[in-house]
Amino acid sequence: MNKTHAKAALSAAGIAMTAALLASCATAPTPQQVDEATQQVLKSSFSEQGIAKMDRLAPDASNQACSEAAGKPLDEKLAKSIEEANMKTVKLPSDGKYLGSWAEGEKIAQNGRGLTWTDKPGEANGGSCYNCHQISKAELSFGSIGPSLYNYGKLRGVSDPASAESKPIVDYTWGKLWNAKAYNACSDMPRFGHAAILNEQQIRDVMALLLDPNSPVNK
Amino acid sequence: MKSSLFGLAALAAIAALPLTAAAQKTTAEGIAEYRAMLADGNPAELYEAKGESLWKEARGPKKASLEKCDLGKGPGVVKGAFVELPRFFADTQRVQDLESRLLTCMEQLQGFNAGEIAKTRFGAGEQKTIESLVAYISGESRDLAFNVPQSHAKEKLMYEVGKKVFYLRGGPYDFSCASCHGEDNKRVRLQDLPNLTKQPGAGVGFGSWPAYRVSSGDLWSMQRRLNDCYRQQRFPFPGYASDATIALGVYMGVNSKAGVSIAPALKR
Repeated sequence: MNKTHAKAALSAAGIAMTAALLASCATAPTPQQVDEATQQVLKSSFSEQGIAKMDRLAPDASNQACSEAAGKPLDEKLAKSIEEANMKTVKLPSDGKYLGSWAEGEKIAQNGRGLTWTDKPGEANGGSCYNCHQISKAELSFGSIGPSLYNYGKLRGVSDPASAESKPIVDYTWGKLWNAKAYNACSDMPRFGHAAILNEQQIRDVMALLLDPNSPVNK
Repeated sequence: MKSSLFGLAALAAIAALPLTAAAQKTTAEGIAEYRAMLADGNPAELYEAKGESLWKEARGPKKASLEKCDLGKGPGVVKGAFVELPRFFADTQRVQDLESRLLTCMEQLQGFNAGEIAKTRFGAGEQKTIESLVAYISGESRDLAFNVPQSHAKEKLMYEVGKKVFYLRGGPYDFSCASCHGEDNKRVRLQDLPNLTKQPGAGVGFGSWPAYRVSSGDLWSMQRRLNDCYRQQRFPFPGYASDATIALGVYMGVNSKAGVSIAPALKR
């Protein structure tokens, strides 16, 4: 079978033909065959359950690029364009107030619940922060997927979060919590504000946990 | 029996130790310690024994045993089958893992409805039978090295699909399997996370299931473990013995090559 012929046969007969060809010669599948088979497998394997609908499998442009990279670093240009697109989604606090209560923030950081098959729509979610980060020194059960956040504000010289000199760090921290992919295209961190995992007040409270000089994080 | 009861009590005592003690050694060391302590009393042994009798017992609408079930090494051959699964089966023209293959055998030989069993919740009805069967079958490959085949084109395709599925980011948290299992030496809370993309992590992670899970007091199969991963990933619901879960099994199993199976293991 010549090349053109093979192409025509493939597009005409579709996946059944692809499978037959695959079975007859034990060569590695082409990227296109893998993509087609993956889409079929996902469609046939998953079903919606509670609030977890099938659209959760449809990646946005950022997730698409990072999934395809399969753990390898992205092309610099592509990474930059993803970061810029995510940066545009960052919403600053509507009343200009960036910090809430660190005690509430600590509860949110401890809480790993939310958005699973059994959670109800509209319920307040946790931030799952300790799953991946060291935060307060008192908590020994912390994960290591993300960097340590102990002394987060102190290490960045934030003694008064309301001061002009603290503004860049305060803005950056808000942005990172709202949409971590604005700063790192394939960050492992969920986009808490952008994906509506946490609401504005919850983000203020986590901000206080990280930046309030009286928070145990900065002691 | 006496030793398993003692073992469980000791395990409960370890679980109740203050975190200061836990922090002095890694979770892996702690887990290895209580595995050693329970070496003679892993409750999975009870499932293994039950699984062996269920394998040989005439059951189902056709009143037949599973002794003619082909797990890949010929009808009735159990020894060594587990460390070569998932693999391609000519009769179904599919790549199947242990549990999807058991469904096929239970349907063809015993007359059960595989679709109904797949829909049954974990730990109930015939799912309990499968828990015991996977304990028995995996136990018959204890201490053998994983050697999941990649000779058939469909096995190769499933490996590549499994890799895609492993790296697929989705859901409101943007997680993929790789978010937790793509790097060495990571933890969620105090739980060490095996890197499933290569050895030795893949063998340690993939080779730990089926396992008796102390926190739920039940034997968990790989299908049940993957189901819980997807719940935590906030993905839609993965079908029992569905191709996505089988593809992940191929990806993890092939990456485990030469790792030694300790299943059915004991997990916290």
